[in-house]
Amino acid sequence: MPVTTLEGHEVHVDAEGFLTDLSEWDDELATVLAAQIGLTLTDEHRAVLTFLRDDFAQRGETATLRRASAGSGVSVKDLFRLFPQKPAKKMAYVAGLPKPVGCV
Amino acid sequence: MTTTDTSPAVVPQLGPDAASGRKLAIICSKGNLDMAYPGLILANAALGEGVETHLFFTFWGLDMITKATMDDLKFTMLGNTATHMPQGLGGLPGMTALATSKLKKAIADLDVPDVPEFLEQIVASGGHLWACRLSADMNHLGLADLDDDVEGIISASDFIEKTDGAQLLFI
Repeated sequence: MPVTTLEGHEVHVDAEGFLTDLSEWDDELATVLAAQIGLTLTDEHRAVLTFLRDDFAQRGETATLRRASAGSGVSVKDLFRLFPQKPAKKMAYVAGLPKPVGCV
Repeated sequence: MTTTDTSPAVVPQLGPDAASGRKLAIICSKGNLDMAYPGLILANAALGEGVETHLFFTFWGLDMITKATMDDLKFTMLGNTATHMPQGLGGLPGMTALATSKLKKAIADLDVPDVPEFLEQIVASGGHLWACRLSADMNHLGLADLDDDVEGIISASDFIEKTDGAQLLFI
């Protein structure tokens, strides 16, 4: 697994750049990850990230957009506003999780 | 001696520069439950990748966005050899209802939404729904008969014009 350095944080990532070690993630790193893809985190973003992390801990897989919306109570429309263009992958990246594998 | 790590950071290509201007047009021409899903799933996937997506509902595909039928699409074994069941069985009374309820259950078990809810999600994701003018006229349907999220009843040429430069799928 490659190691990459993001603003002084050394993290293990896969070939695309998604984090591979859950324990390396914290709130501060989330801010750094968000900045890499042009996002500035607000409380709204963080609420979604918290759901994704908790859900991953229970299920062992990253929630798809539909599940993230149903579980976090944030509408699909708002998820597109918070994480524009590619919400499912962006949410997963900033939450330090693998990208979702589900189709829907 | 100190060394400076100069290797570029490994970051997924998700940033603001990743937008490609890619467009997708999907023509939905079937009104069977099983044939409604490919278009919906692909539209949803494209929208999730930031691709501008337009769906055009024509012929039997109009059933997918007609209020009276959209939640009542059916699946039949008849003419579908991929069920690997004797074709004669499909013609027995009640078989289409049985096959439909089994398929609906299989879809719900995978946490995939039913057709009306799926369309809602597609629209919430920024997708555009268009009804075919000729099909609407043939069925004597107006905009009020269609799902509220349908943006308009348009001609085939209007749709071709709207989807200039798009990749196209006919289902």
